[in-house]
Amino acid sequence: MTPKLRLWLFAIAAAGLVACYLWAFGGLPGFGNYPGPYGPEILKRAIPETNATGVVSAINFDYRGFDTIGEEFILFAAAAGMSVVLRRLRGEREQQQDRSPADEVMNRNVPPTSSPLRVATLVLVGPTALLGWWLATHAQTNPSGGFQGGVILASALMLVYLSGESIAFRRFSPVDLLDAAEAMGAGGFAAVGLAAIVQGLPFLDNYLPLGSSPGTVTSSGTIALISFLVGIEVAAAFILIVGELLEQTLLRQVRREGKS
Amino acid sequence: MQVFPFLVVAWIVIVGLYGLITSRDLIHQIVCLIVVQSSTYVLLLGVGYVTGGVAPYFYDIGRRALAVDPVVQALALTDVVVEAAVTALLLSLAVQAHKRFGTLDPHDLAEFKG
Repeated sequence: MTPKLRLWLFAIAAAGLVACYLWAFGGLPGFGNYPGPYGPEILKRAIPETNATGVVSAINFDYRGFDTIGEEFILFAAAAGMSVVLRRLRGEREQQQDRSPADEVMNRNVPPTSSPLRVATLVLVGPTALLGWWLATHAQTNPSGGFQGGVILASALMLVYLSGESIAFRRFSPVDLLDAAEAMGAGGFAAVGLAAIVQGLPFLDNYLPLGSSPGTVTSSGTIALISFLVGIEVAAAFILIVGELLEQTLLRQVRREGKS
Repeated sequence: MQVFPFLVVAWIVIVGLYGLITSRDLIHQIVCLIVVQSSTYVLLLGVGYVTGGVAPYFYDIGRRALAVDPVVQALALTDVVVEAAVTALLLSLAVQAHKRFGTLDPHDLAEFKG
């Protein structure tokens, strides 16, 4: 199929798609007129039932917790799938070159990280980690949660890599420890849900004490606990995923620094 | 305009699909797929919007305040996580394809009998 023919086929299909879209959108309630009833019902019940002022978190980790456990295992499976796809094949280490052919042609060298950049990046590591931790532990009160907090926790470690400390990055992210943390986060979520069944309650039922009043960190029972476990799982999974992708360049750089 | 957000959704889908069709680079194609998927965020948040509603967080506002639908916001969060997972897997497949065949052009890759 020539690119031109492909483009024509796409134009025809796109026209049909747009027509169907417009037809479907015509049947939607106008923007700003959400009819309910699911959303308003949860808005009415969430705070009295769970003591969580973050209603989105209450949905994610309580009302629709079953969805979220599947979502978390998708991430878990993706991290596992990546290490399978990117495993080092036999003889690959020998084929690794110090510079890629493109670098050879253009006679490029990797410029060293400048000191101001390095200092500025390293200074940000602490506050970034703190922000991630805060987000992962405050799902029940504020717009935050384990998923957002976990990603920011992981990016604190990415800052170490960006500052040019590629060896330190390896040291801070031992794969065994991350694997264990990821498994603990994902397994912990499932265990919290199964503990409800042991007590004769439905799976993922909120059986922990809900705390004295809404809006406190200790309120909301399993919502806060699950959010924290998700934070650990997501942070570990993202460090593994990014580390996996960085590994090729890291291998080269570590070798070069060792040589000079 | 009542339908404007939904027109934006359609536009993002079409632009992303056009990129997918015409792209000559796997990484660029993956970015186009992300564009297509990001239309679902606009759609979800657009469907759940209530005129004059606030974000469904009641930490420092009254419990009876008018809020937008929290369910679609939770779904959008799921959407983001799944997209991150899918993107990570696709990128690693692209890395492996480049390692094996030395090219990221889908037209050239097709010749290698996939």
